[in-house]
Amino acid sequence: MADELIKPDELLSQIDHRPSGAGWMDTPLDIRKGMYCYASNPKSVATLGLPYARPWNPLEEDWKLPENWQEIIYEGFRERLEKFRSFKVFMDICVRCGACADKCHFFIGTGDPKNMPVLRAELLRSVYRNDFTTAGKILGRLGGARPMTLDVLKEWWYYLFQCTECRRCSVFCPYGIDTAEITIMGRELLNLLGLNIDWIATPVANCYRTGNHLGIQPHAFKDMLDFFVDEIEEVTGIKVDPPYMQKDADILFITPSGDVFADPGTYTCMGYMLLFHYLKEKYDLNITWSTYASEGGNFGFFTSHETMKRLNSKMYAEAKRLGVKWILGGECGHMWRVITQYMDTMNGPADFLEEPVNPITGTTFENAKSTKMVHIAEFTADLIKHGKLELDPGRNDNQIVTFHDSCNPARGMGLLDEPRYVLENVVNHFYEMPAGTIREQTFCCGSGAGLNAGENMELRMAGGFPRANAVKHVHDNFGVNMLACVCAIDRAAFPASMEYWVPEVDVTGLHELVANALIMPGEKERETDLRGEPLPGMEE
Amino acid sequence: MSSAQLLAEKKQEILKSWFQATVDTYPADTARFLKSQKDPFANPVGQTTYQSLDSLVDALTTGAGRDVMAAALDPILRIRAVQTFTPSKATGFVFSLKQIIRQHLPGDGRDAGVDMNGLDRQIDEMAMAAFDIYVACREKIFELKATESRKQFFGSLKRAGLIDETEADGPGF
Repeated sequence: MADELIKPDELLSQIDHRPSGAGWMDTPLDIRKGMYCYASNPKSVATLGLPYARPWNPLEEDWKLPENWQEIIYEGFRERLEKFRSFKVFMDICVRCGACADKCHFFIGTGDPKNMPVLRAELLRSVYRNDFTTAGKILGRLGGARPMTLDVLKEWWYYLFQCTECRRCSVFCPYGIDTAEITIMGRELLNLLGLNIDWIATPVANCYRTGNHLGIQPHAFKDMLDFFVDEIEEVTGIKVDPPYMQKDADILFITPSGDVFADPGTYTCMGYMLLFHYLKEKYDLNITWSTYASEGGNFGFFTSHETMKRLNSKMYAEAKRLGVKWILGGECGHMWRVITQYMDTMNGPADFLEEPVNPITGTTFENAKSTKMVHIAEFTADLIKHGKLELDPGRNDNQIVTFHDSCNPARGMGLLDEPRYVLENVVNHFYEMPAGTIREQTFCCGSGAGLNAGENMELRMAGGFPRANAVKHVHDNFGVNMLACVCAIDRAAFPASMEYWVPEVDVTGLHELVANALIMPGEKERETDLRGEPLPGMEE
Repeated sequence: MSSAQLLAEKKQEILKSWFQATVDTYPADTARFLKSQKDPFANPVGQTTYQSLDSLVDALTTGAGRDVMAAALDPILRIRAVQTFTPSKATGFVFSLKQIIRQHLPGDGRDAGVDMNGLDRQIDEMAMAAFDIYVACREKIFELKATESRKQFFGSLKRAGLIDETEADGPGF
């Protein structure tokens, strides 16, 4: 009989069913496996000359901090408040209206209130009030202030590395507070104590030493591109011949190293190579690669402004050395925020370069007047608009495509329509995801800002859920089977996210689709796409 | 009135209570958001949870069986498997349905002539399916952890002939 069964309440009696309900300041930190990335390798920290390189483990009680760590944080905070006016303003003006609270993919996905952008910022603001405001000093906890303790420091580390700096929250802030910049400052402060994560520290050290995040040496970089040359010849019958460090080339091309070494970005890389070959053959445009400026991404951005500047400088240095007119940038995410918003201030003015003009169409890229660097989606859109590319979108008819606006190109530089224009010209089946999940309101992949590690897979999947949920919608309703994007981190992160949430959907870069559609002069009849999959009508 | 009819009649009340109990497994601020935001794209966790529970009550009412219940359970458990729940907290919401149904039927169900024994068996079946799905999701997470970088990097390097491996490729490759 039913009444002889153990009651559900009894079954659950040992389970702490409901959270405590304590306020955020009183909710103790619980560092959970799967939600954080491993601590930085001391060798990488030392390579960069950053302080307090040492082995440490977030799960251990003792983080082996320098004795005067509180003083270091205080001084670092003070210095940055003086140096960066925006940081000071962002600390002061938040009225805690909550407009940002439910806009973060990590809050939506994890359900952890400390991932509400307002609360994540409050982790720093509470210390700011305590240390730097009179009201905070007098009112203390009543005024939302709290002293910097070891628990607070650990909380900073845990939650500032659960933010991808995607800036979706900022879109909704009535004051325009850039919460990503608060995370950026918080991470800078943590770096003063050697508290980085290894998925950032080691790529940064690689980039500093070898020129790119993966630590690919010049010969290996060229080997990989040589391999793509063979692959391209197999598919198209065309032998492309990419120039390296060609002096006085028209344009220097820089893309994330992920495109060169990580699938499926490698197919996008082949796409660039085909496009450049086409432009050389048809219009005699010389676009050169460089094994020195072999990284578009900049994980220094996630470390400190000084580190970002150091890594970024090689782009300009190489452009100057080669004597090119301007720089063309590949499909990358945060690279474009660094370029659009910081590069010119850090390493500019690049007055040795020209205001970018597309020599084939005559278009002046006025938005790049200062940075001298043009996004390849804009460049290709301009070529298509002027009828300069011969395209057969039917070759992509097996792909039913949706487009993910990568956070930084969308929100960091306003690149919204150009990739769509390109897509509409190279595929016949393109469906948008729902309005609140695209363009400037796009949801992050969940793995940006250096969080694309393996050990934090649970965090990545939870944070990636709002995006994946929208992909699932277009998959269920329109049969979408391909997610296109213009970011190397997206291309690295989405395959796992799709495999977990919407396994029927694959991931591509924009220029892979461009190259599939691009009719190369003198090409053989193509039977497969760049991945070796049969073209529509060419199946066995 | 049959058990199915009675349950169908009480469905909205049962669903409301069950949804409340399930979102209450999250912190209070989160629970409020999960309940109040109805846009499925702004609040995918709340809305997916609601849809899953809705389908599960239907499956229970119609006695649709384990496969139908499993299909309805997958979306909610796929979410809970990557949030910071223990296994028992992630799947425990299923058991709370027993108590909730009793609360909404006269005399804990006995007076209404409902086959509570049968319902409990179905909910047990649901719990077992939930556990299977939860474990499958966790296994998928570990598989992704183990194979992601291998798929990304070794694939391209191997195609390029830049690494030399033995004949037998590793698992997941």
